[in-house]
Amino acid sequence: MSYPLLSLAIWIPIFAGLLVLATGSDRNAPMARVIALCGAILGLLVTFPLYSGFDSSTSAMQFVELVPWIPRFNINYHLGVDGISMLFVILNSFITVMVVLAGWQVVENKVAQYNAAFLIMSGLMNGIFSALDGMLFYVFFEASLIPLYLIIGVWGGPNRVYAAIKFFLYTLLGSLLFLVALLYLFIQSGGSFSILDWHQLPIAMGAQIWIFLAFLIAFAVKVPMFPVHTWLPDAHVEAPTGGSVVLAAIGLKLGAYGFLRFSLPIAPDASQELAGLVIALSLIAVVYIGFVALVQADMKKLVAYSSISHMGFVTLGFFMFSAMGIEGALVQMISHGFVSGAMFLCIGVLYDRMHSRQIADYGGVVSGLPATSGFVGEFMVIMGAVKFNFWIAFAAASTMIVGAAYTLWMYKRVIFGDVANDHVRELNDINGREFLILALLALCVLGMGLYPQPFTEVMHASVNDLLRHVAITKIQ
Amino acid sequence: MEMQKLYLLVALAPLFGAAVAGLLCRVIPRWLGHTVTIAGVAVSFIGSVLVFQDVMAGNTFNGPVYTWMTTGDYSFHVGFLIDSLTATMMLVVTFVSLMVHIYTIGYMHEDPGYNRFFSYISLFTFSMLMLVMSNNFMQLFFGWEAVGLVSYLLIGFWYTRPTAIFANMKAFLVNRVGDFGFILGIGLVLAHFGSLDYATVFAKAPEFANTTINIWGAADWSLMTVVCICLFIGAMGKSAQVPLHVWLPDSMEGPTPISALIHAATMVTAGIFMVSRMSPLFEMSTTALSFVLVIGAITALFMGFLGIIQNDIKRVVAYSTLSQLGYMTVALGASAYSVAVFHLMTHAFFKALLFLGAGSVIIGMHHDQDMRNMGGLWKYMPFTWITSLLGSLALIGTPFFAGFYSKDSIIEAVAASHIPGAGFAYFAVLAGVFVTAFYSFRMYFLVFHGEERFGKAHHDEHTGDHDDEEVSHDHHHGLAPGQKPHESPWVVTLPLVLLAIPSVLIGYVAIEPLLYGGYFEGVIHIDKVAHPVMEELAHEFHGPLAMVAHAFKTAPFWLALSGVVVAWFFYMKRPDIPAAIQRRFSGINAILENKYFFDKINETVFAGGARLLGRGLWRGGDVAVIDGFIVNGSAKVVGWMAAVVRYFQTGYVYHYAFTMIIGLLLLLTLWVRV
Repeated sequence: MSYPLLSLAIWIPIFAGLLVLATGSDRNAPMARVIALCGAILGLLVTFPLYSGFDSSTSAMQFVELVPWIPRFNINYHLGVDGISMLFVILNSFITVMVVLAGWQVVENKVAQYNAAFLIMSGLMNGIFSALDGMLFYVFFEASLIPLYLIIGVWGGPNRVYAAIKFFLYTLLGSLLFLVALLYLFIQSGGSFSILDWHQLPIAMGAQIWIFLAFLIAFAVKVPMFPVHTWLPDAHVEAPTGGSVVLAAIGLKLGAYGFLRFSLPIAPDASQELAGLVIALSLIAVVYIGFVALVQADMKKLVAYSSISHMGFVTLGFFMFSAMGIEGALVQMISHGFVSGAMFLCIGVLYDRMHSRQIADYGGVVSGLPATSGFVGEFMVIMGAVKFNFWIAFAAASTMIVGAAYTLWMYKRVIFGDVANDHVRELNDINGREFLILALLALCVLGMGLYPQPFTEVMHASVNDLLRHVAITKIQ
Repeated sequence: MEMQKLYLLVALAPLFGAAVAGLLCRVIPRWLGHTVTIAGVAVSFIGSVLVFQDVMAGNTFNGPVYTWMTTGDYSFHVGFLIDSLTATMMLVVTFVSLMVHIYTIGYMHEDPGYNRFFSYISLFTFSMLMLVMSNNFMQLFFGWEAVGLVSYLLIGFWYTRPTAIFANMKAFLVNRVGDFGFILGIGLVLAHFGSLDYATVFAKAPEFANTTINIWGAADWSLMTVVCICLFIGAMGKSAQVPLHVWLPDSMEGPTPISALIHAATMVTAGIFMVSRMSPLFEMSTTALSFVLVIGAITALFMGFLGIIQNDIKRVVAYSTLSQLGYMTVALGASAYSVAVFHLMTHAFFKALLFLGAGSVIIGMHHDQDMRNMGGLWKYMPFTWITSLLGSLALIGTPFFAGFYSKDSIIEAVAASHIPGAGFAYFAVLAGVFVTAFYSFRMYFLVFHGEERFGKAHHDEHTGDHDDEEVSHDHHHGLAPGQKPHESPWVVTLPLVLLAIPSVLIGYVAIEPLLYGGYFEGVIHIDKVAHPVMEELAHEFHGPLAMVAHAFKTAPFWLALSGVVVAWFFYMKRPDIPAAIQRRFSGINAILENKYFFDKINETVFAGGARLLGRGLWRGGDVAVIDGFIVNGSAKVVGWMAAVVRYFQTGYVYHYAFTMIIGLLLLLTLWVRV
């Protein structure tokens, strides 16, 4: 029996976070930073065996841990990953290291609390990606809101309170319906919270539609999809750089992941039935949001809108029900993690114009260029879409023009325009630490663009199994 | 196996140079920066020569290097297809690139971004090689985008100039419009053929000859027509065909070496190369070929007109490039793919020569690009003068020069073509010959002959068509009064001489094997029944010297000659005439000055429209409806409700008592009624 890797990936960051919290006031800030970094790196290291030990020939859950938690309601501490979730655990742990590094000199106020919030959030998010018990998932899902709420509300910009409350209420609204759906499934399945049991549960069409809609609202808010996206620009503008990075790189992926883990396999018939709705909303996100992004004057807002547009590609890819679409969407998700992380980190240094000129160059055009990861996902989704419907592909591909327009226009305005935002001015010139972070992210982006095979090959079995599953009706 | 390593070496050597010069650009000295990149490209050039010899010996290659990705039933590879077309392109790309690398030592020697520039042009060489060596659509598209990226970086190389930043953004976006069509075309190929490998797709193509798809309403389109037009839209962006040509003249904001390498000799010909590569597909749709033909003809003629009124030396050459790209496109439309590739090759040499010559003049003039301030330079810059003259003669199609063989073949091919639009195209390419000769020699006379106009306190009016009228003084100072221009250093003149040689000779040497010797056998596929153009050309061809002899009896020669004579008369003999004509036909002049209003339309309709739409959606949708009405509105409703409900819990006993009595009364009333 090997180590309980998933538990380690969840609890190492959380305990490290508590340890950091224990260092107390800002007098111990250097120590807090070192402990936080060690915890984050250790948390990342334990996720590597997940990839190296992963058996990509099976779609079954791997690294499974099953311990009863609340036997009264048959709730279990049930963990496991498959080809869909495994990469996100690693991505999340990686981004945590980046964020701790990124906040090294920038955050000087309540250092211990800041780092602790990120570490605890990292652990909770790993929990979300590896939970196989509905209630466990829900607990992690809700608990992860709290650190992010605090990060925005405490270390955010001038309008942080509005943004934090908006963010919290928006997501809470969605997740309450999600809870109702979970309880319904618990009763229908005769008292099981196991997500895997629910995958096999026959459900009538009417009920499937309701379940699907409840899931849709919960996940659509998280993704976020049009028209429940307006919390994201506010949250990004007010969040500190690290908060923006985690929110964009991981936070948005939770909702998309939910579609694959809950909506599609639990309500396959409703998914097929309502695919048109989701596709329409996704295309609106891609096109409408693209145009909205064009006229944004604030860079963070612009990147936030571009994130919504990119996530539109993800949901579009899911609901075409083809291997290329889903894998393209997953690649897009991982890549967006790297790219948006890099973008928000770049924004920190962009304002200082002359010295950071090259950073601006690369950062500005990195999204959606060839041989970068951003392009792989887009390429796959568009390829999949042409097969599905020419005009859907047409609308989706228009992002190639609009996306380039807003990115390059932003870049042009940054170089020659006025500085709009003050709280990122704290960063001066690019230093060794920032260079290291950006270089690491750039390596990931390039590597994934030049050779995506290692990323996609672990997905095949799980994605194909999911597609087979969705194709079989659950109505009896 | 041995050759496969060589292919990799050819592609990766420039990448290595680019990586060293780029990543260490602030660390390594200048001599190391240019040595490592030039060495990389030189290795690549020598490798290309070896590959070319190997291909001539009959060895071709088609195979993967590594599996890029597999998904579902599809697998994508990175791989090479080495055949005569690839080998030709490799030679052209690496040779011109090598010349430009050497030239850059002289041209950029004062520039603070020296190593960065070398890094970019080597990176470009790598990307272009990946594009031409690809054996599948995916890698083609990636190379396609990568050259676009490097082009973007290089146009904006002098990033302190607002015009440069505007130009590079424009170039990228216009190219993206093309790519938009291109990726849809590739998507259609994948959706119907199930593969992106050239060999598989071309082998399957005949099965789809009669396949129709329903794109819009009830009309059924031939699949091949839709695919080819989508792919060609990509070519229109990269190869700057009307109406996606608008970026190329503005790209002249970049340093001159890249204008020669990217915006004349190699990258802009990627579209021509791509269509030639796709000949098995294009041959199946006469509709698509007609479309190609007409677009090419419009570009060839109307962009030539614009060259006449330019005063900026680089812009004349830029419009000339547009016009020549139009010629190549016309050849593609006429199913004379090999002729298009032939013109691509000759054009690469003489246009690179003309650009580098113009760059040498610009150095001599201390970065003044206005031809009205030049004149009589032949005395001071002998190498530049002679080589530019040779380049101009090649461009206008003087018999025996390289451009003559390729351009005359294009005109012949269009004359032999009978697809719809061929009549118009024939007129356009013929008229274009006169226009080409006129603007080329207008430039030549204005620059090298006539009165010496430099060194005067010249009017600082910015020439022609900058969208932003701000003049940057760092790069635009010109000669001080009394100062004389000087010949450029040897690193500049050597590439000029080396490019002048093929500009003169390559046509004579290459025409017979390239067009009629079965060189592209099995590479370029032509439907001999539907489009028998090359057959007819072969029938009339009796050797390169006979072609020269025959030329004196044909219209193109006399048109070119009259263009030169008219240019001489207007700009040497009677310089007052052009001004008079401009005044007399001020309406036409205004249209030309405004470049047919393409820029204005793009800026107001597309750019302005997109901004307006974005602002409307944002203010109307996000801010007003979603946030204002729904989100904050529901918060307000909650607040209002709470304010109302508050009155039910005042905490005063007499309020509660009063409510209870009222309630009791109401209940009693109901009760008693029943």
